[in-house]
Amino acid sequence: MNPDVALPVLIPFIAGALSLVFYRSLSVQRWIGILGTGALLVASIYLLYMTYTQGIRVMAMGEWAAPFGIVLVADLLGAIMTVLAAILGFAVAVYSLATISRDNIAYGHFPLIHLLLAGVCGAFLTGDIFNLYVWVEVLLVSSFALLILGGERAQMEGAIKYVTLNLLSSILLLVAVGLTYGMTGTLNMADLVGKLAAVENQGLVTVIAMLFLVSFGIKSAAFPLFFWLPASYHTPPVAVSALFAGLLTKVGVYALFRFFTLLFDHDVGYTHEILLWMAGFTMITGVLGAAAQYEIRRILSFHIVSQIGYMIMGLALFTPLALIGGVFYIMHHIIVKANLFLVGGVVYFLRGSYDLKQIGGLWREKPWLGLLFLVPALSLAGVPPLSGFFGKFIIIRAGIEQQSWGIVAVALVVGLLTLYSMIKIWAEAFWKAQPEAHAERAAQFTAALPTRSLVLMLMPISALALLTLFIGIGAQPVYELASAAAEQMQNPQIYVQAVLGDSQ
Amino acid sequence: MMGSLILRTAARFLLPLLLLFSLFMLLRGHDEPGGGFIAGLIAAVAFALYLFAFDAARTRQLLGVDPRLLLGLGLLAATVSGLPSILLGEAFFTAIWWPIDVPGFGEVKLSTPLLFDIGVYLLVLGAIMTIVLALDEAEEE
Repeated sequence: MNPDVALPVLIPFIAGALSLVFYRSLSVQRWIGILGTGALLVASIYLLYMTYTQGIRVMAMGEWAAPFGIVLVADLLGAIMTVLAAILGFAVAVYSLATISRDNIAYGHFPLIHLLLAGVCGAFLTGDIFNLYVWVEVLLVSSFALLILGGERAQMEGAIKYVTLNLLSSILLLVAVGLTYGMTGTLNMADLVGKLAAVENQGLVTVIAMLFLVSFGIKSAAFPLFFWLPASYHTPPVAVSALFAGLLTKVGVYALFRFFTLLFDHDVGYTHEILLWMAGFTMITGVLGAAAQYEIRRILSFHIVSQIGYMIMGLALFTPLALIGGVFYIMHHIIVKANLFLVGGVVYFLRGSYDLKQIGGLWREKPWLGLLFLVPALSLAGVPPLSGFFGKFIIIRAGIEQQSWGIVAVALVVGLLTLYSMIKIWAEAFWKAQPEAHAERAAQFTAALPTRSLVLMLMPISALALLTLFIGIGAQPVYELASAAAEQMQNPQIYVQAVLGDSQ
Repeated sequence: MMGSLILRTAARFLLPLLLLFSLFMLLRGHDEPGGGFIAGLIAAVAFALYLFAFDAARTRQLLGVDPRLLLGLGLLAATVSGLPSILLGEAFFTAIWWPIDVPGFGEVKLSTPLLFDIGVYLLVLGAIMTIVLALDEAEEE
């Protein structure tokens, strides 16, 4: 048996439980935060290594064999996502040390972070669609609590939209899971591959596929149901924003990748055509929404939406190269996007505002912060040799090979507009002089920030920037990893074989 | 909130009975209806009844520990119950049994599912008491 599959779920649960036990001591909670997420990082890298060298890792919970029991399955896609979640968890735990107020920690910031990570990793590693629903609920409940921790008015307002739409999405997911079970009599993903293909009325399968599509579309903030995201992500503390921005929508994207490569590839002409339109509109609406904003975190939130479009585009084109591009893009995006939020947080702590009209002069004062901003920002826009360039390059190349000229044009234009938004932040926050009207507050905030906090904030930012550089400059090994993952997605039989053995 | 004399008297008598009943449900749960969740709810009802009859401060005193601690310990126990199976090289959460002969009582089956159920019991009790006490104290403020 392979305990390595269970560890990324187990470790955050234990860490979360321990930090609840030590609810009195904030410093113990901080330590558990660092150690727990650090251990998660180690365990997930080990899992990825094992998955890469030894193939898909499977563990039947409680020795109840598939398809009857619940299995944890780590294929390369799942393992890669787990590693990314762990990297982000660790970075945010370090960042939280400097930026989360004592009150928020006393009210359970760290336990919630751990439980959120447990939910995310569980969703990435489960091989059972009902179990997936449960993990999604675990992470949603944690995220609800994290979103309103602090209890400011704006947070409540954002949370209402977030909670309402996500509950709606969960209901749809549950309904779809129920219908699938009613039709096939199984919830195990590997078992569903054969059972769904054997369903007589394939039209019904497509209907269920659409239910899943809408549900995960809401969760991944794809067009047209994305508006909860820009309405809520700028409200919580910035460390939480960064974690949400990097991870939560990607659970939806992961589920789309999982479902629409493994389960619903019976009518690609229909389902993936819809995905392609979704991808195009998601990109455009996201990037245009961002162009109208002047608040750093709102700009970045809208860009999450537009970037989701690229990932879905990779899935929708459904060629081997496009899937590779999709996986590559997810890897690039999670790191870069979270990092931009973290940099935005530093800007806030130096200037006292996220509003671009009220801040400025950072390049003169803190040039290294400018550099640390430019790496993820230019990468997001797709400037070579950074990671975003290769992500976009692979996906657009795949589009050209498919002769889908419309979506290729959209992707290119959206890349350009992304550059516009990033340049806007650069020009306003870093380049122009600090506006006189708010200079006093800016000076107060800069003076009030201890050097130790600044260093603690910059450590994860630098590490993530280095990772961005690595994914860009060392694109070859990352590409190979993504292509191995895409190959597994292209051949559902490998997955089925690993879970069910030779009996099928 | 002031409870009536009848409610107070009844609460005093019902509390131990309900707690005893919750333990019974907890231990009965593996093969028959019952288990950690329902037992935890019954225990929470016992304390909630006491809360209605008296007040939040006295209920906290009666509990003895902060409900958040119960929550943490419960989650920890439930999670840890999956570990022995891994150490023995079996799949996560595989049930492991340690039957023990207690003289004069008979065989007692200790097991990881029991630990899991106890964890769920504490977790449910802790969670409900955290919520109920917080609501009550918010009202008093």
